[in-house]
Amino acid sequence: MNPTGNVFIPPEFLPAAAEIAVLGMVCVILILDLFLSDRSRWITYALCLGTLALAAVLTAVVVPEGRVLTFGDTFISDPLARTLKLFTYMVVATVFLYSKDYLRERNLFRGEYYVLALFATLGIMVMISAHSMLTLYLGLELLSLSLYAMVAFSRDDPIAAEAAMKYFVLGAIASGCFLFGTSILYGVTGSLDLAEIQRATQTLDALNIHLMFAVSFILVGVAFKFGAVPFHMWMPDVYQGAPTSVTLFIGSAAKVASFAMLIRIVADSLGALHDSWGGMLVVMCLLSMAIGNVVAIAQTNLKRMLAYSTISHVGFILLGVLTGTSAGVEAALYYTLAYVIMAAAGFGMILLLSRKGFEADEIEDFRGLNARSPWFAGIMLVVMFSMAGVPPFLGFWAKLAVLGAAVDVGLTWLAVSAVLFSVVGAFYYLRVVWRMYFDEPDALVTLNPAFDLRLVLSLNGLLIVLLGIFPQGLISLCNQVITG
Amino acid sequence: METNILSIVIWLPVIGGFLVLALGQRANAGRWLSLGVSLLTLVASIPLFTQFDRTTAAMQFVERAPWIERFRVDYYLGVDGVSMPLILLTTFMTVLVVIAGWEVIKNRSNQYFASFLIMEGVMNGVFASLDAMLFYVFWEAMLIPMFIIIGVWGGPRRIYATLKFFLYTFLGSVLMLVALIYLYMESGSYEIADFQVLGIGMREQVLIFLAFLIAFAVKVPMWPVHTWLPDAHVEAPTGGSVILAAIMLKMGGYGFLRFSLPITPDASMTLDWLIITLSLIAVVYIGFVALVQTDMKKLIAYSSIAHMGFVTLGFFLVYTINRNGDGLAGAAMGLEGGMVQMVSHGLISGAMFLCVGVLYDRMHSREIMDYGGVVNTMPKFAALMVLFAMANAGLPGTSGFVGEFLVILASFRANPWFAFLAATTLVLGAAYTLWMVKRVVFGAVANDGVAALEDIGTREMLVLGVLAVAVLLLGVWPAPLLEVMGPTIDHLLDQIVRSKL
Repeated sequence: MNPTGNVFIPPEFLPAAAEIAVLGMVCVILILDLFLSDRSRWITYALCLGTLALAAVLTAVVVPEGRVLTFGDTFISDPLARTLKLFTYMVVATVFLYSKDYLRERNLFRGEYYVLALFATLGIMVMISAHSMLTLYLGLELLSLSLYAMVAFSRDDPIAAEAAMKYFVLGAIASGCFLFGTSILYGVTGSLDLAEIQRATQTLDALNIHLMFAVSFILVGVAFKFGAVPFHMWMPDVYQGAPTSVTLFIGSAAKVASFAMLIRIVADSLGALHDSWGGMLVVMCLLSMAIGNVVAIAQTNLKRMLAYSTISHVGFILLGVLTGTSAGVEAALYYTLAYVIMAAAGFGMILLLSRKGFEADEIEDFRGLNARSPWFAGIMLVVMFSMAGVPPFLGFWAKLAVLGAAVDVGLTWLAVSAVLFSVVGAFYYLRVVWRMYFDEPDALVTLNPAFDLRLVLSLNGLLIVLLGIFPQGLISLCNQVITG
Repeated sequence: METNILSIVIWLPVIGGFLVLALGQRANAGRWLSLGVSLLTLVASIPLFTQFDRTTAAMQFVERAPWIERFRVDYYLGVDGVSMPLILLTTFMTVLVVIAGWEVIKNRSNQYFASFLIMEGVMNGVFASLDAMLFYVFWEAMLIPMFIIIGVWGGPRRIYATLKFFLYTFLGSVLMLVALIYLYMESGSYEIADFQVLGIGMREQVLIFLAFLIAFAVKVPMWPVHTWLPDAHVEAPTGGSVILAAIMLKMGGYGFLRFSLPITPDASMTLDWLIITLSLIAVVYIGFVALVQTDMKKLIAYSSIAHMGFVTLGFFLVYTINRNGDGLAGAAMGLEGGMVQMVSHGLISGAMFLCVGVLYDRMHSREIMDYGGVVNTMPKFAALMVLFAMANAGLPGTSGFVGEFLVILASFRANPWFAFLAATTLVLGAAYTLWMVKRVVFGAVANDGVAALEDIGTREMLVLGVLAVAVLLLGVWPAPLLEVMGPTIDHLLDQIVRSKL
């Protein structure tokens, strides 16, 4: 791309304006935070929210619309990227709002947490905009390394340390697999550029053994980051062991990145090899739904239960992608956004009920919540029924979209298995409702959360209802993003 | 005709329910508001009957607006002769349930009334939806308030019962969801009328029929998927039992008329033996089961299953009658009988559960053996309970007779053996109901508890009295109901005997 010999033509920076701004701000915050006392730590917090707002403005206004490639075609900005990034900012901001008091009560309210979270966010953004295997890997590692540190952030907590260790070791193996697959793919196609790979795979024999090898290894990496069975082992331990605010981050914002990775590489770039990876995804999808839903029943810890529930939702997302149609990808995108909104509210509830020296992460801790706070019991009820896929909540429409995409390509049997497993799954969601409504509380401890937490969590819950009653907006947004 | 009556009967109670919730702990205000909302809804639903055009089978009071364009889902409402009576039944029974719960519910009464109001709106939505996805949304949403009602205000085994209720019905409906999605993919819209005219191959029809069957059979409930009902009924608070028996069970029957028969007529024809067999088993076998019950609520629950067997039997006699080649006159009778039976059973079973509720509020027991000689201390109540028991047994002059008689007549046209088996219910029904009445109401005063009973007050008298009038009125003068249904049933008949292959 360099036409006249040695003359250096700077790349176009505008499409990456948000990434550059976030990177700059993180460095500023990192330095600034050194000079802040604990009492004025709120400045860090405010600056982080400001950074996200700045990034949102840049993404919405400055970044050119349409599909733009830059940095030697390694970076892409398209409607999908812009939408996912805007969504990510919102989710990360929600995570910050939810976890402020939680962190403060546990002496974790430190600059490092916010800097790491912003680095992770930057990683997510880079992954979303990746147009080369290398960019993708860069973003992936930035995200993963930040997350490992965040999980271990509560230094004195042995469970958190164990979770971080497991996450790191397994994550490193998965990254290795991904990199190995990438190198084979490079060997076969001669390029790391996603568009080049797409072109090359269309001409190559789909049964090319090297190619299949590459696809398998890449898929292992993607499935691990997503938490699809059989690469899900880290999820329950990490979800349970990490501080809830970090679990919230992993369970919501990080899922957007996994989805972007799945779409950019598997559905788009390797789209021609649908016959190869489609079957693998069918197996993972079925296993995820089966193991996620069945094992969740046995959990008594809510964070762990939500981890298994995530696994089962990942099964649904894979169900959308494995159809190989654009309607399927669109449905999967819709499902991902819906899931992230629900998961944020679910973990937000745990943060709401937790107080100094007490983690409300057991299902038993929700006992009799209706007597303590009918409003938040109602919100949790909405979240649970929505996750179970009961209309008229958001989760139902997401399931409907995915099932529709599956039936459309003749995978009715898979759709039937999916709904049957979701009946199994309904049980453990109902159990939370049962604890809240049918049991009396042990002690009438009144909830006294901060105003901002209450407000945002209420809005989050209402959003699930609202997008359930008027789903058209989000659905057509997904449609526009995918079909352009 | 530009109206929005249907939207009003759906959303008024739902919004009212949330207002009642917003009242928080103010129980008295909540009660009055609930009563006001339910009465308003009842009043709002009356024009559905008075302004109903009795000469056409077309949908009336139609409202339509796009809802989710991406999936071509419309907010599409309308009623015909089949759904309109069921909406009236819903609005009518909800008022009674609110009054019946007036003093009885002490714990979180506002949440209780709110649940019933929200459920009323959602149930009206089920009957009024002409868009399959809208129908499904209401159909499933209904489970949430019922789950809460049974779980919070139910008896000792309420959690088991409510989980069983939810999971059973959820399992039934998800397969229907896949069937609906399939039909959408074939027809390109979720409109039920489009499904009804869509040509479908035999293999697909059978699969769709079975998916629908599971959903509706669980709801009706048909033997052998009825086991959730006795548990749910026994554990639910009185109001919950009433709504379950009076309205929710009807949704299964309604589903057969709206979905199974017109959408998959050929599969219905091929598999009608299955439904008829299951219905006859329900009528006969469950009748015997009811006979041995010692718990009054359980007895009425089993009697409900037996009576609903009549409904499904009436609906699926069509094909046998058609095969006999004597014309379709008898077939229409079967369908009409089934419909009348649904409405009548709604009133009678509701009344029976309310009667048990009256006794339970005083004695805190549902066991038959704890009672005896109630007539001596509660003469007014005893008179009403005997009336409802007679109606439950199908005494001529009560609404219970009309439906059963029509179905038995129709089954005679189909096969005398069907009629014979169906008619055993007259004997069995009389046996289990009247035997229960004999043991509970008549005889000498059994114990001190019964001796101390107080007769029903004005509030209870009002509820039971209104129901008694309705039961008798429908029994001696069913013509208005039959008139409303007539054209719809004829149209339906035409649809369901025409092959789609």
